[in-house]
Amino acid sequence: MVNFALENAWLIPFLPFMAFVLIALVFKPLPKVSAFVAITCMLTSFVLAIQIGIGVFLDAERFIEEPLKHTFTWFSMSGLTIEMGTQIDPTSAMMLFVVTLVASLVQIYSLGYMHGDVGFSRFFAYLSLFAMSMLGLVIAPNLLQMFVFWELVGLCSYLLIGFWFFKYSAREAAKKAFITTRTGDFGLLLGLLLLQINFGTLDLVKLGEMIPNFTQYGLTASGLTVIAIILFLGPIGKSGQFPLHVWLPDAMEGPTPVSALIHAATMVVAGVYLVGRSLILFQTVPAAMTFVACIGAFTALFAATIAVTQVEMKKILAYSTVSQLGYMMLALGCGSLTASMFHLMTHAFFKALMFLGAGCVLHGMHNELNIWKYGGLKKYMPVTYWTFLIGCLAIAGIPPFAGFWSKDEILLVTYNMFAHGHQPIYLVLFIMAVITAGLTAFYMFRMFFICFHGELRDEHAHPHEAPFSMLIALFVLAALSIVGGLVGMPWLEHPFGYYVRLGHFEHEAPNYFIMFGSVIVACIGIFTAITIYLKKSISHEALAEKYKGIYTLLYNKYYIDEIYLWLIHNVLDGLGRFLWWVDITIVDGIVDGVGKSTQGLGSILRRAQTGKLQHYALVLFAGVVILVVIMAMTGTSSASSMLGGVR
Amino acid sequence: MDANYSLMAIEIATALLAIGVLIIGLLVPKEQRYGLGYLVTIGLTGIFFLTFAFYGTNTKLFGGMYIVDDFSIFFKQIFLAAGILVTLAATLYVKKIGANYGEFFVMMVFATLGMMVLSSAGDFITLYLGLETMTITFYILAGFKKGDSKSAEAGVKYLILGAMSSAVLLYGLSLIYGMTGTVIVQDVAALITAGGGMQPALIVGLVFLVAGFGFKISAVPFQMWSPDVYEGAPTPVTAFLAVGSKAAAFAALIRFFLIAFPDYQAEWKVLFAALAALTIIVGNLVAIPQTNIKRMLAYSSIAQAGYIMTGVVAADAAGIKGVAFYLMLYVFATVGAFTVVMNFSSNTGSDEIKDYAGLAQRSPLMAAVLLVCLLSMAGIPPLAGFAGKIFLFSSIVSQGYLWLVIVGLVMSMASVYYYLSVAKVMYMADPTDNTPIVVPVGAKATLLLTMGITVFLGVYPEPLSVLATIASKALFMIN
Repeated sequence: MVNFALENAWLIPFLPFMAFVLIALVFKPLPKVSAFVAITCMLTSFVLAIQIGIGVFLDAERFIEEPLKHTFTWFSMSGLTIEMGTQIDPTSAMMLFVVTLVASLVQIYSLGYMHGDVGFSRFFAYLSLFAMSMLGLVIAPNLLQMFVFWELVGLCSYLLIGFWFFKYSAREAAKKAFITTRTGDFGLLLGLLLLQINFGTLDLVKLGEMIPNFTQYGLTASGLTVIAIILFLGPIGKSGQFPLHVWLPDAMEGPTPVSALIHAATMVVAGVYLVGRSLILFQTVPAAMTFVACIGAFTALFAATIAVTQVEMKKILAYSTVSQLGYMMLALGCGSLTASMFHLMTHAFFKALMFLGAGCVLHGMHNELNIWKYGGLKKYMPVTYWTFLIGCLAIAGIPPFAGFWSKDEILLVTYNMFAHGHQPIYLVLFIMAVITAGLTAFYMFRMFFICFHGELRDEHAHPHEAPFSMLIALFVLAALSIVGGLVGMPWLEHPFGYYVRLGHFEHEAPNYFIMFGSVIVACIGIFTAITIYLKKSISHEALAEKYKGIYTLLYNKYYIDEIYLWLIHNVLDGLGRFLWWVDITIVDGIVDGVGKSTQGLGSILRRAQTGKLQHYALVLFAGVVILVVIMAMTGTSSASSMLGGVR
Repeated sequence: MDANYSLMAIEIATALLAIGVLIIGLLVPKEQRYGLGYLVTIGLTGIFFLTFAFYGTNTKLFGGMYIVDDFSIFFKQIFLAAGILVTLAATLYVKKIGANYGEFFVMMVFATLGMMVLSSAGDFITLYLGLETMTITFYILAGFKKGDSKSAEAGVKYLILGAMSSAVLLYGLSLIYGMTGTVIVQDVAALITAGGGMQPALIVGLVFLVAGFGFKISAVPFQMWSPDVYEGAPTPVTAFLAVGSKAAAFAALIRFFLIAFPDYQAEWKVLFAALAALTIIVGNLVAIPQTNIKRMLAYSSIAQAGYIMTGVVAADAAGIKGVAFYLMLYVFATVGAFTVVMNFSSNTGSDEIKDYAGLAQRSPLMAAVLLVCLLSMAGIPPLAGFAGKIFLFSSIVSQGYLWLVIVGLVMSMASVYYYLSVAKVMYMADPTDNTPIVVPVGAKATLLLTMGITVFLGVYPEPLSVLATIASKALFMIN
């Protein structure tokens, strides 16, 4: 079974794809059957992913040394061969597990959440298509396949954000997400082309061997830095890094399971995963790495500050996602594949948990969004309450919950870059990361206390606990949020980092200074939240009044959206109007002229076709004679000098 | 003289199929004959699978007169694929013609046999035999609708002009024979060198050969017959003529020029480059004002021949691979398009483009297939035509004919105009008559197959590309 899974890893993306096709072509009119097909295929993929995980775990040495690759040629011509296939190594095995797990749980959850929706079948079809795209991306052995599925993921996210397309805001959010990420994708494509031109391949393993010797391929260090940074634009867009983070919070217009699946656990980490897969490129040029680290740390802090003032559960979670993605990028910028992938995994557990919990709350509160209308939900929905609490503790970084171990790892590698790598800038990044940790604990518990404690503020609401099918996912994810981080404990002989890594494995002694420090910072955040929102010793309204300027700035998300809008309305539209004028008067004039003259020429040539046999015969023989005369008169050498060609 | 007849199993099986169906057609009563079409389809399918067994044979028979190599096998598969799809689509159409139901399909098989011989011909005599077997059956097929004046006109026109082109070709062959004293293609090259190189009489012979083959592949200025014949002939015949006859002529032409005149490439390459450019330009430009869909497709097929000729200009393994690949995908695009035309005219009696208004509502399948096939011909990704054009154009760029690629690309863009005009009529306009169009089973199978394969080869061209590479390499290996 393990071998079967390893040899046939292509089945993992293929099964959900089959589900998509079946639902789209056959089962669409039958919602229940559609859901059954989708969930069956997804669970089968999940089982296969577990088998692969076991196989990789048992034979770790082999897979770490050399990934198991199965490829076939998709397209080849002289100088260009494009392959598709699967690549199994610890990193992809871990991702396969996470993606199939979260996707399966979300599909089961959706049974209850989407119950009675008119687009029930369509929803499951999209979810399956999305799972296919993400899994195809994860398993890709080369960057081109990754790009193909990357774009498919983008398409699915467009479809799912705009799932309720009859809502204006959903349509707008879907467009915004698509266009914003496409902006970054342009950079990614450009970067891929540059890599292909310079190295002649996009295969991950081959690139890994070639890039460190880039000078042999006629590249300079600055040239490679430019390639890396251009390539990084794609992940900036997809993983919601500053300044292309604007789409992610709006993407919450989609149904909540979608938010959990796409905008927390899977799609948005595609960017992190891509950088992780091509980390060699960034490691080779330190400037690019520092760039990634700075973007990551800045995004982490930036988004955390915004999250402090937001009043919608899903928006807060969205900004928190942006912030956590920043953490992962920061880890990559420190050259640590281990730390970023570890945080990616634990984050997938607790963030999916919290999004699904938020879904239960919305379900119970009949889609009331404002958290100030909630309150005291603890007694109405106890399961959601307790699981959500676990999620909050995990993200805040309280031991032994999952988030503690992974966040600690990131802080550690950042600190080590400063302490052992002697790069002062990383001290700044480290401090930013620590502040973010405190803020994270604060805004999470702020939301938690406002929602679940105190008195219900909306008298018309009748909150109730979600159905059992929705709670299953919460149980599983809560369990993983508690224990999921233990695999990375520094005291283990073979911790997470032994399997998922780039380069040599070094057993690092646990740094107790950072460990305790981060817990203390988290506790400060939590106690501040308790003081303000649970005990209400300090009035939050008074605080907002006192620091009105900052509060307004944060509440309006640093006006980034407004700045973009202004730029679009004034600069882009102005340019657009000018180009429109050029297009209408000059370009169209030329095009119309060409078109008309082409048609005219066609009509003239057409007259040669008289329908008379003797004319045809005449043309035939005249053609022969003329050719003979030309060949005889001019000689072949002058003809070929006119028409070119290599002799 | 080795005479291992088992190597000719494909041709023998085809001949037996033709004769067998002819005899069965006489034995069964008239109203029972309508199964014969499917019998032919099944027979050709069987032979098609048989051909795979012959890959890797690469042998010469009868002292070089007959060549069984991967190149000829690939082309035989092209003819068989075309034959299978056309016979599958044509059953009902031929029934409507009326008389001589069985003979129609027998003629199709004989034409296929002629093409096979042509693609394997290793000397002038075999070449001519194959050519005439193919062409004479097409004379008959083009005029098959006896009561229809257009069909009769097509038959007669094709007969007279075809005879003239045969004369030109024979004259060319006799000149080359006269100068070299051999009829075996691969001996020609050495004898020319021995005889003192290229002489005026040989050049004349070369041009005559170009003209003779140019007629069959409808290259400008030898294309005049094709629009009239394509329009008048019964549509299944048109489809088969457009793909089969053209592919066979290309097979023979490639073998001839690459093997017999390898040292004089400069001479004939220039000729082909000029003719290819002319063919692409004229074919595409004149297609634009056409109002009859069969005439439009005829001009489009002329233009396609121009694209394919560019691969001959490259004259290396990459170019020949491009030709082989393109001809195969061209089978599916063309047969698909003509099947739609056939079915449309047998339902409505019209071939006018304007009558296709609202076809998307009357028969979504037909509209979709026609759209896919036309876009494939225009070379729009992700359809097969795009991959084919990439192979062709990249092969000639590496040979230094950038200008030819530019002509090809510009004219491809122009071609999108007339292809999309049809799409516009089908999808944007409202139908004047709302009755749905019924697609009979056989035609439906052809439509689905052509559309499916066209999309598949566009998305995943590699299998066919590998096969075409094998074919092109064999050509250079055996001789």
